[in-house]
Amino acid sequence: MALSALNSDSNFTNFDQADGETMSDAQTAQTASSAAAARIADAAHTGPMLAADGTPLKKSLNRALRVQKMRALALIAPLLIFVLVTFIAPIADMLFRSVENDIVSETLPRTTTMLSGWGEKGTDIPGEPVFEALYQDMFVAQEAKLHTRLGSRLNYELTGASSLFRKSGRKVQDMGEVYQDQFEDLDGFWKKGENWNSFMASDAWLAAMDGWKKANGPQPRFELRDGIAQTLPATADIYVKYADFIQNVDKANLSKKDPWALVYSSLYRDLSGENGLSSYTGPAAAELAAAATAASTFETVNYTDAFKKIDRDWHKLDIWQTIKVYSPKFTSGYFLNAIDMQKSVDGAEMRPENEQIYGLLFWRTMVMSLTITLSCILLGYPVAWILANLPARTANLLLILVLLPFWTSLLVRTSAWKVMLQQQGVINDTLVWLGIVATDDRLALINNSTGTVIAMTHILLPFMILPMYSVMQTIQPTYLRAAKSLGATNWTAFWRVYFPQSMPGIGAGSILVFILAIGYYITPAIVGGTEGTFISNRIAYHISSSLNWGLGAALGAILLAAVLLLYYAYDKIVGIDNVKLG
Amino acid sequence: MNLTKTLMTSTALTLAAGMSFADGHMANELTIISWGGAYSNSQQKAYHAPYSAETGVKIINDESSAEAVSKLRAMNEAGNVTWDLVDVEAADAIRLCDEGLAIEIDADEMLAAGADGSSASDDFGDSLISDCFIPQIVFSTTVGYRTDMVGDTPPTSICAIFDTDAYPGKRALNKRPIGNVEWALLCDGVAKDEIYDVLATPEGQERALAKLDTIKSDVIWWSAGADTPQLLADGEIVMGSTYNGRLFSLIAEQNQPVGMLWDAQMLDFDGWIIPKGLPEDRLARVMDYVKFATDTQRLADQAAYISYGPARASSAPLVGKHAELGIDMAPHMPTDPANAQNVFVTNYEFWADYRDDMDAKFQAWLVK
Repeated sequence: MALSALNSDSNFTNFDQADGETMSDAQTAQTASSAAAARIADAAHTGPMLAADGTPLKKSLNRALRVQKMRALALIAPLLIFVLVTFIAPIADMLFRSVENDIVSETLPRTTTMLSGWGEKGTDIPGEPVFEALYQDMFVAQEAKLHTRLGSRLNYELTGASSLFRKSGRKVQDMGEVYQDQFEDLDGFWKKGENWNSFMASDAWLAAMDGWKKANGPQPRFELRDGIAQTLPATADIYVKYADFIQNVDKANLSKKDPWALVYSSLYRDLSGENGLSSYTGPAAAELAAAATAASTFETVNYTDAFKKIDRDWHKLDIWQTIKVYSPKFTSGYFLNAIDMQKSVDGAEMRPENEQIYGLLFWRTMVMSLTITLSCILLGYPVAWILANLPARTANLLLILVLLPFWTSLLVRTSAWKVMLQQQGVINDTLVWLGIVATDDRLALINNSTGTVIAMTHILLPFMILPMYSVMQTIQPTYLRAAKSLGATNWTAFWRVYFPQSMPGIGAGSILVFILAIGYYITPAIVGGTEGTFISNRIAYHISSSLNWGLGAALGAILLAAVLLLYYAYDKIVGIDNVKLG
Repeated sequence: MNLTKTLMTSTALTLAAGMSFADGHMANELTIISWGGAYSNSQQKAYHAPYSAETGVKIINDESSAEAVSKLRAMNEAGNVTWDLVDVEAADAIRLCDEGLAIEIDADEMLAAGADGSSASDDFGDSLISDCFIPQIVFSTTVGYRTDMVGDTPPTSICAIFDTDAYPGKRALNKRPIGNVEWALLCDGVAKDEIYDVLATPEGQERALAKLDTIKSDVIWWSAGADTPQLLADGEIVMGSTYNGRLFSLIAEQNQPVGMLWDAQMLDFDGWIIPKGLPEDRLARVMDYVKFATDTQRLADQAAYISYGPARASSAPLVGKHAELGIDMAPHMPTDPANAQNVFVTNYEFWADYRDDMDAKFQAWLVK
């Protein structure tokens, strides 16, 4: 093979250079003969080589190949689609979560925008505009019950954020009521949602809502009145949010609802700040003008103080630093957490020593998985050899014995090991009875790494024996006999002749066992104690208990990358062609 | 964003596929998620059977409570909630409520008033620990010990866990910080009402772990509720923490040489949450069931099958005898005044904040 490859290479050197393009190995073989012809043709006339119908030969060949490829693709399409939908897409989605972080900027859009101007490395907390933005964001978020979600998210980074957001959400409703009360005291007009709609909503929408009933179908979508966004910018902005929430989340009739306190505080902001009221002539112009005059004497709210009153933590730097650091839509925070680091205002830094865990667990998972793989090879090789060298009938019977535990529930097998291995268990009792160990000095075989290796070796053994067995079956016994007849000792004959031929089986079995081992978490959790904890136990914890799916995904991504890296290394060192699964 | 949506929908579809095949949701069915085993059995007898007999609604039991939190999130993202009612621990109820995966409850409006005339919110009292939580039982995590392995002086205090001189041998503790760190501080001399203040500081957390460090080599860490009873029955451990109902069944039903402590036991609640996103007809059916299943009599009935206390104060006088053994159940309730003399009430607010942080430190300490 090597010789022929070399030959065709040298044949092609001229052609490739002349044509100025390279060819793939697969094409090389197929076009070998035509290439020779092409060279001759090239010498005769300078144009490209043509097929019988006049198209360039290369094009026509490509077309023929393309049709073949499409047909093959169509044949595997059902499986491909199935794998993509049920396997690749969920994994891609899960991995994507390890960097996704839009919850912060989506829940606190105004605050995060305002925070961009704040120096997070300084010693001052943000100013009043940021607190006002926080009030607006929190108000909208608590109406939609999203503030506690953000609290749990930020609590992964800053302990205490969870209760801070829960508590603030409850109290933020009252913050703007000062304005609501003053508007309502000023004029009963401001109490009614329909009065608000009369100048905030477009005439078309008001007309459509006039005859609308629930039975008529979906509520007409709220539309802002033309020009109101210029007249009352802040109010219009909030009112759209409010209307959208009432119509689409609350699913209530917008014309029968009275606005949020937040709407009143926004109106105050417009009336006391810049607005376009002087040129406004639409509905409720008189009421608005009266309110604008009165607003100058309104009692005001200082949001900085109001938040301090809810919880002093709002006046601490770390909550603001955390919000700012986690403002972007994508974050490296989860990956940093997964390698015992953390994201802070000064960039990435190591976690305190008493919180470092993942590096150790990754290392332990690798070492333990390798140990398990090795012990599977040691135990499985002789079994596979015996199976391969017995008459078919006996071999099949023994094979069933190998497969029998394979058909038993994983939990049952693991629990059985508990009964066997514990200090008052079968093995220790037997050893004490035999007088090998003293009764007060029983062996610790479980709730440590020994227990994990024993139980997992047993569980994964069939995955090692089966590929070995299928490879060994194909090794001709005559080779061994030939080696011996040529003077080899038993050992030499095995080591130089038999073992190299059984390597593909060992390779396949090792890859299977190793990859299965690093992903195991039920068995290590049951028999492993503290020494037997694998990284997958932490992934399971974050997925099912702490709900920190981002961190779980980041740990999973690192594990996946580590496996691919090992696979690549295996391919480079041993060669993946040298693996036989059956 | 679009990519996220597409990916999320496809994942959710896949995740939900398995459940939705069996879904169907007949007009007259309720899918109720619980913990399985003796606990589900007690619910079946005290709640489900009488409710089905009365209304004709068929109740489907699913034993998925252990992974309820993650599954509910997956279902919610898929927009296809196939569960009607879920039995969860109080701490998980807070988490689900925060994540917006459970609906909020107005106890007085949605639940039955107490048989003694008290309003539902008064009757449930402190057990209403979250806006979404419908309390059902009170249970406690306490310590059981082998009576034949502790000599002539059986332990009377929770601090026996840390006393390896008086009670040598292995002890089993929960493989998570909650409960353990409180006991560690208590036995390190911190006053009971100051424990959570101390635990809120890094030094306090260090102190708790340092105390646990003194017995680290003697501890077998459990993660399933059945572990400690098994270890006690096998004589693998001298003492271990577990739920009081498990110890009751070990002592009263299986007659094992085991005793239990009622000292600084961690009082905890278990109850229902209603998933967010149920269509109106199913929601109405669930509400009807919940009102029935959490009334005074039903909660008291459950205590005949398992030794967990009813969450309503008005149910306590109605607690009767064990359905099979015929023994009085009242003295075995965590809510019984004699048992509750030195009870330790878990601070859920604290754990909602510190769970992630404390767990990271605890696990890091554990693996070293």
